[in-house]
Parts: sequence; C-alpha cells; structure tokens
Amino acid sequence: MGSIFNLQQIINGIQIGSIYALISIGYTLVYGIIQLINFAHGDFYMVGAYAAYFAVMFSAARKEHPNVLIVLLISMTAGAIVAFLSNRIAYRPLRYKPRLSALITAIGVSMFLEYTSSAIPAIGPSYRAFPQSALIPEHTYKIGHAILSNYQIVNMSVAVVLMVVLTYIVQYTRIGMAMRASAQDKDAARLMGIDIEYIIDFTFIIGGALAGAAGLLTGITYPRINPYMGIIPGLKAFIAAVLGGIGSVPGAMLGSYILGFSEVFGMAINSILGEGIAYAILILVLIFLPQGLLGKKTGEKV
Amino acid sequence: MPKKDGSVVLEVKDLVVSYGAIKALKGISFTVKSGEIVTLIGANGAGKTTTLRTISGLLRAEEGHIFYMGDEITNKQPHKIVQMGITHVPEGRRIFPDLTVRENLEMGAWTLRDKKLKQDKMEAVFELFPRLKERQKQSAGTLSGGEQQMLAVGRALMTEAQLVLLDEPSMGLAPMLVEEIFKVITEINEEGKTILLVEQNAEMALQIADYAYVLEVGNITIEGDAKEVAANPKVKEAYLGA
Ligand SMILES: Nc1ncnc2c1ncn2[C@@H]1O[C@H](COP(=O)(O)OP(=O)(O)O)[C@@H](O)[C@H]1O
Ligand SMILES: [Mg+2]
Repeated sequence: MGSIFNLQQIINGIQIGSIYALISIGYTLVYGIIQLINFAHGDFYMVGAYAAYFAVMFSAARKEHPNVLIVLLISMTAGAIVAFLSNRIAYRPLRYKPRLSALITAIGVSMFLEYTSSAIPAIGPSYRAFPQSALIPEHTYKIGHAILSNYQIVNMSVAVVLMVVLTYIVQYTRIGMAMRASAQDKDAARLMGIDIEYIIDFTFIIGGALAGAAGLLTGITYPRINPYMGIIPGLKAFIAAVLGGIGSVPGAMLGSYILGFSEVFGMAINSILGEGIAYAILILVLIFLPQGLLGKKTGEKV
Repeated sequence: MPKKDGSVVLEVKDLVVSYGAIKALKGISFTVKSGEIVTLIGANGAGKTTTLRTISGLLRAEEGHIFYMGDEITNKQPHKIVQMGITHVPEGRRIFPDLTVRENLEMGAWTLRDKKLKQDKMEAVFELFPRLKERQKQSAGTLSGGEQQMLAVGRALMTEAQLVLLDEPSMGLAPMLVEEIFKVITEINEEGKTILLVEQNAEMALQIADYAYVLEVGNITIEGDAKEVAANPKVKEAYLGA
C-alpha cells in the first residue's frame, strides 16, 4: 500500500478526531468559564454511550426499529443531565473556594460515576457489546484500497453538524455572547446583569450534550462499552484541548483532529510506538507554544 | 426623569467590608440624591473601589445596609442589582476585549428585552461617542485606552439604570481625554442620570460634583457641597496639591 498517508488513515484520523473534538469542546468551554479542569467530563461521554445502549436495547426488546435521531437526542440529554447535576451538586458549592478543592472534587465525581455505574446491575463492571447493527445496519464502501463504513459516515457527519451548531450558538446567539463575555471577565459580565450561574449551567449542559453524543458515536463505531470507557478518551480530549489552547473552541477542534491524525499515522509507522509519537508532538508544541495552538498569550492588557 | 428633587436614590449606612482580616471599610455612611453628581474622593487604597463593588453586590457587606430607592439591596446578587437600576463602570474599564465594540454594547443591554429600546440606546451611545460607531465591528481589545473608557461608559448606558457608579473613569488617560470624559459625565447627568463618581483626580471631580465625601482608609472624614469641600484647607493640602 506504499505510503502511510493513505486514504484509509485519513478517514480513520477524521473519525477519531471527531470523537475527541466533541468531548474536548466541553472541557474547553467549562475551563474557559470557571477555570475548572472537569475530570468527570469523560464520564459524561460514558453515560451518553450507556443511555444510547439502553435506548436501543429497549426498542429491540419491543421489536421496534430505533430511530437514530431519537437515540442521539437521548444520549445527548443523558450527557447534559449528568453534567448539569455534577455542576449543581458538586462544583457550584465550591465556586469561590480554592481551585484545588474543585479539581479534587472533579476527580471524585469522575470516580463516583464510574464506580456507581459498575455497581448498577444493569450496567456492571464488564464490557458490553453495543448493539450498533440494531440501530443502523452496516454497509461498507470501497474507495480504492480504503474501506469506509456507513458508521464512519454517520460518526463524522453528526460530529460536524454538532460542531457547526455549537459554533453558531457561541458566535451568534445572545447566550453564546454571554458565554464569551463571562469567559473573558466574570465580574464585568455580572455587572452587565448576567446571572453567571445560569451561564455556567448552560455551559455544562452544552458540553455534556456533546460528550453524550460522542458516547453514542463511539458505541456505533467501536461497539464495546464499559463504565471506564471515558477515562482514556477523556484524557486525550483534555490533551487535545490544551494542545489547541484551552478555552478556545476552534482550538479544541483543531487539537482533536491533530491528535486523531497523529495517533493514526503514528500507529501506521509503528504500532507499538504509535501513540507515543502523538504525545511527543504534543510535548513539542507545548514547549514552543505553551498557550497552545490557538490559545491566548497570557498577559494583562493595559 | 426625576431631577434634583431631594429624594434619596442611594443610602449607605454603617457599611463594613473586610478582606480576610483587613477591614477595608470601617462603617461608612453616605447618601446620593436624585439628579446629583456625588463624588467620593480619596487616596489610593482608601476603599473607594471596595465601596462601589459592595454596592453592586460583587463584595459582601459584613455589617451595615445599602438601600436603593428605599429598597434594601445589601448582599443581593449583582444581576439583581443591575435589574433594579444600578449600573457600574468598573475600575480599569473591564471591557470584553475579544468581543466587538457592538457586542460589548449588546452585553451592556443584557437586561433589556425590547429590541427597539435596545436599538435606541445603541443609537444614543453612538451619538455620544461617534468613535464607537466607526469602530463597532472591531474587537474592543484593539481600541485605545480612551476609546475603551468611552466603551465602558457607553456599555453602562445601555441599561435603563437611574444610578451610574463610575470608578476612576479618568485613570490612565491623557489630560485632553480626561476633560472629555468629565464633560461626558456632566452630559449624562444632565440627561437625567444620578451619578456616584469615585476619583483620585479630586480637582476635576469636585468641579463637576454637587456633593462630595472624602474617604480616608475606610472612614469618611469630610463631607459637604462640592464647592465647600474644594475650599476646605485640609482637602486643598491633601488632594488638590495646594
Ligand atoms: N482583593 C483584595 N484582597 C485584599 N485586600 C484588598 C483587596 N482589594 C483591596 N484590598 C485592600 O482594601 C483597601 C481598599 O482598597 P480599594 O477599595 O481598592 O481602594 P481604592 O479604590 O480607594 O484605591 C486597600 O488597603 C487594599 O489594599
Ligand atoms: Mg480603586
């Protein structure tokens, strides 16, 4: 097959990058507004995957064909609800306390979600097969040597549509403008009459919904789910957000695709060293651009 | 618009505010009457910013009371206070640098629901500050210091507020711009807004104010009609460089 930069790798890179992007947007939005690294964010993605799993199983049990859009909405709603509740129950009471307390709490929320899920009999600690073919029957297409499945098409197109919608919300709506204003200067935003807690709730809901959607998309493309499935993608999405410049939405998207591509190409060069190569890139970028690719240089404006 | 009818817009009573163990305000009381420009002057560190931030709800009052139009607003949330009719131009301008000039003004109008009203307010701000109109699509961070101060004031005028709190609007501005900003403050007042002006530039503040308070390390030590205060020998020596 010659070059490692072939079509198949590109397809796989976009596909993994899309998943990271959906997760990493939530990290970056929440960080932007309350400077919290929400380590539980990867678990919102896991909750989205299980919500989709139960929705599909429920329909299958009733011999109905589940509607993909409805399942997507269910996983997004589930992600949004856990995100909202985590904020209200765990993070909000610590809002004006030392930042380390909130960080440790985030790790606590993460573990709570993972262990509680494994303790619930219907979920359990072990892998479950995601019933992706009950949701969408698989088709594959050959393009030259590359194979593209309709799962990958769904995955990439849903991700792109969601990112377009998110960008529209952040850039062009009243609440999006308030999110940006609050991220730049919380006190000034409050002096405009903005109820900052409402904006923070909204931010968690949006981030959680995108992570929930990523959970479903992962379920259909890598159909094995378990309660700990959020840890690694969560970490990688966080890394992607830092790579792109934490706080920046376009940065999170860019960082995610770079990470997705470097992983795929790295693996093609050497399947053992593969991921290591991706992280070497990360370290290099951060040495030369500590604020990330699209991040703001820190420094007060006079 | 209520002009100088003697009614009390803002009343601060025995206000105490601390940062940890440090008492920044040690029980200050003052009033702001309708249609007036009241100034609170004092040296750096006297507690001027602390006073304004507490009125706006950004800081908690430890003791004492704050009333706006007769309603107690002590320790209410900032967004509720804005809705009641107090707008605050903070120290250091605090515009949103990555938002455009227009977006900054729209944020100022957050509490307004009526599109037409919002549009009218925006036109009025552009009339007051034509520079902002020219630069409305530019991100606010690219404006000069003077323009940023105009934007900060313009943004505060996008509300229906009756009372405008101004925290050192002349800070860091060239003398010509200082003149201009004080002229604007007078205009805003003439259009019917009541103003509480905090300044280190006592000379200018006393020139445009009706009434003045002098704040010294957390206590109000002198008060009176602005002209009297300006003529007070202690004030002359300490704040007017005479
Ligand atoms: N965030 C803070 N933490 C601790 N002390 C503060 C803080 N802000 C102000 N202070 C102290 O409170 C006092 C009053 O400050 P401030 O209200 O900013 O004064 P002014 O605006 O008159 O210059 C000063 O002694 C200052 O050092
Ligand atoms: Mg000050």
